[in-house]
Amino acid sequence: MSDVSKLREKLKEWEKEVVEPILKKLPERKAKFLTEEGIEVRRLYTPADLAERDWNYLERLGFPGSYPFTRGPYPTMYRGRPWTIRQYAGYGSAEDTNTRYRYLLSIGQTGLSMAFDLPTQLGLDPDHKLAWYEVGKVGVSMPSVVEMDIVFKDIPMGKISTSMTINATAIEVLSMYVAVAESRGVDKSALTGTVQNDILKEYIARNNYIYPPEPSMRYATDLIIYAAKNMPRWNSISISGYHFEEAGATPAMEIAFTLADAIEYVKWVLERGKIPVDKFAPRLSFFFAARTNLFEQIAKFRAARRMWAKIMKERFGVKNPRSMMLRFHTQTAGVLLTAQQPLVNLIRTTIQALAAVLGGTQSLHVNSYDEALSLPTEESVKLSIRVQQVLLYESGVADTVDPLAGSYYIEWLTDEIEERAWKIIDEVDKLGGMIRAIELGYPQREIARSAYEWQVKVEKGEVPVIGVNLFAEEEVPSIKVLKVDPEVRQRVIERLRKFRAERDQTKLESRLNALRRVAENEEGNIFDPILEAVKAKATLGEISGVLREVWGEWRAPEVF
Amino acid sequence: MIQSQVVEASKKIQSKKLRAIVAKLGLDGHDRGAKVVARALRDAGIEVIYLGVHQAPEDVVEAALEEDADVIGVSILSGSHIELVSDLLKLMKEKNLSIPVVVGGIIPPDDVEELKKMGVYEVLGPGTPLRRIVEIYKKAAEECGRK
Repeated sequence: MSDVSKLREKLKEWEKEVVEPILKKLPERKAKFLTEEGIEVRRLYTPADLAERDWNYLERLGFPGSYPFTRGPYPTMYRGRPWTIRQYAGYGSAEDTNTRYRYLLSIGQTGLSMAFDLPTQLGLDPDHKLAWYEVGKVGVSMPSVVEMDIVFKDIPMGKISTSMTINATAIEVLSMYVAVAESRGVDKSALTGTVQNDILKEYIARNNYIYPPEPSMRYATDLIIYAAKNMPRWNSISISGYHFEEAGATPAMEIAFTLADAIEYVKWVLERGKIPVDKFAPRLSFFFAARTNLFEQIAKFRAARRMWAKIMKERFGVKNPRSMMLRFHTQTAGVLLTAQQPLVNLIRTTIQALAAVLGGTQSLHVNSYDEALSLPTEESVKLSIRVQQVLLYESGVADTVDPLAGSYYIEWLTDEIEERAWKIIDEVDKLGGMIRAIELGYPQREIARSAYEWQVKVEKGEVPVIGVNLFAEEEVPSIKVLKVDPEVRQRVIERLRKFRAERDQTKLESRLNALRRVAENEEGNIFDPILEAVKAKATLGEISGVLREVWGEWRAPEVF
Repeated sequence: MIQSQVVEASKKIQSKKLRAIVAKLGLDGHDRGAKVVARALRDAGIEVIYLGVHQAPEDVVEAALEEDADVIGVSILSGSHIELVSDLLKLMKEKNLSIPVVVGGIIPPDDVEELKKMGVYEVLGPGTPLRRIVEIYKKAAEECGRK
């Protein structure tokens, strides 16, 4: 008799002789225990559950730093290099943001993550009619290279890595960063960091798009190609599932739609760039959310890594292991923060951060406890950094690689999530790829449906939320919240007007015309003419304005 | 001509379902909340005109007039609620549009009071049950003399 059949026999015995009598006296809390994905969780996991799936260590896990990378992208993981503590930050004026960055670095942050305001993300200068309301609100206002210079005052651009959440205007903003670095003697080839540059997810979930999908894809692809040739240490895209999760996606949907987007980007770069896949694939990076449902989240990260390795190896035939490695940033799930009893959020984010670390993240943002009410204060963001430091220095979870591997439950769940995610990718493939799927509204509809189902479950009490539908209190939270100074707007606008007045108009116009010509023609790479325009002091709104004229604007079909 | 207008008007009265505008006011793209609310209102028998993202105050007022709406719901998570809603209310006054406005999103407690003082009917933050949201939309429309 094999070990497994012997185990199964013993298991049956245990259930009959031990469990059944107990259940009569003490029934379980629920008839069914489900994960957020809706996977039914068994009472106990043993090697028998893995045997059901023909689970095999070498094939499913292997070793960290080698195919299929389930256990992590690097052989020594956090023993060698801890994850980067990288809080997404930026608000108000460039001066406010510079102050906040230097504060974050002074309390132990190890990388920067720039938040831009909505006008910057949508290619509008702050004196534009619709922009006015939003200047400096959810991020820093970045209409010109002058603002970038102020944001990085006294910050060593050649040493620190910077991540930028910027998509539809990614090239404009990255060009400003490059221009400022060069003015300080740091060559672009030495810069380290990441630009989000993931326009597809904007159409699905985040809604900060400008142009229609096709020219937008050309724009994103051109950035990836340019970086592959000129900025070898820069991650030219951060393919994001975070926003899907925030919009309502289940864990399997989150990784499936992200990987399906990634497939689309690889196809575009191959076709447009005529460069070998191993030249750019190592610089594709990812971004996921960490929710509170600990084990399922860990399983999600591990499944995503294994799936990407398989996609790159089997679909694209890559040879370089670095091209198969899924490296990712994590942010704790903003949607799980509650406005009620806000301090409880600290406990939630600690568990979420733990999930990210046990899942093998490369960098981490922990949300602050006050963010269901406003932008975080210095005090609350300090605690977010401390959460990460306690995990790194005190908990011991970073001392061995992928410590949960081999847990019958974790491995079973990793397989389960993977299987569900493949089904969704198959669906996207059947529709003809992600761009077509987006045009048909498939991911948008799936995510909206899932969001609504979640809300209904919360209301029925099926999803307990402490402080909201369980242990709720009649209270108005009295916490200090951060307010953006409304005067910021005027300061930014005045500085912009002065900047515009002091330029060489002829040079500016010729650069903008050159940009227009490249945009009109499908051949050339759009990066260089944008960089040249930035260097000739074109504003973000002016550059984006040229592209709007050539490419048009996108109005999304509204699905709810 | 006049007759057809009368027919049109009486048809409207007979079939009058509560009509709500739901919009993302300003440039903020976080539309999960707005979409869930739109769907909950629709499931509760309210006719929803969902305007989607990137709506200016002018767009919302124009749609409300055109659609003969009974209530306006706007969602803002970018922190620009005071300025945006103040302009929305000003414009409504100019256009003689007196229907209730409900605001949802990430709104700090002090600003909730300020918005109400400005004339917002109700401010609904994260975690508000859908049942209560539906009730508030219905009550808002009724109190303003429309059903």
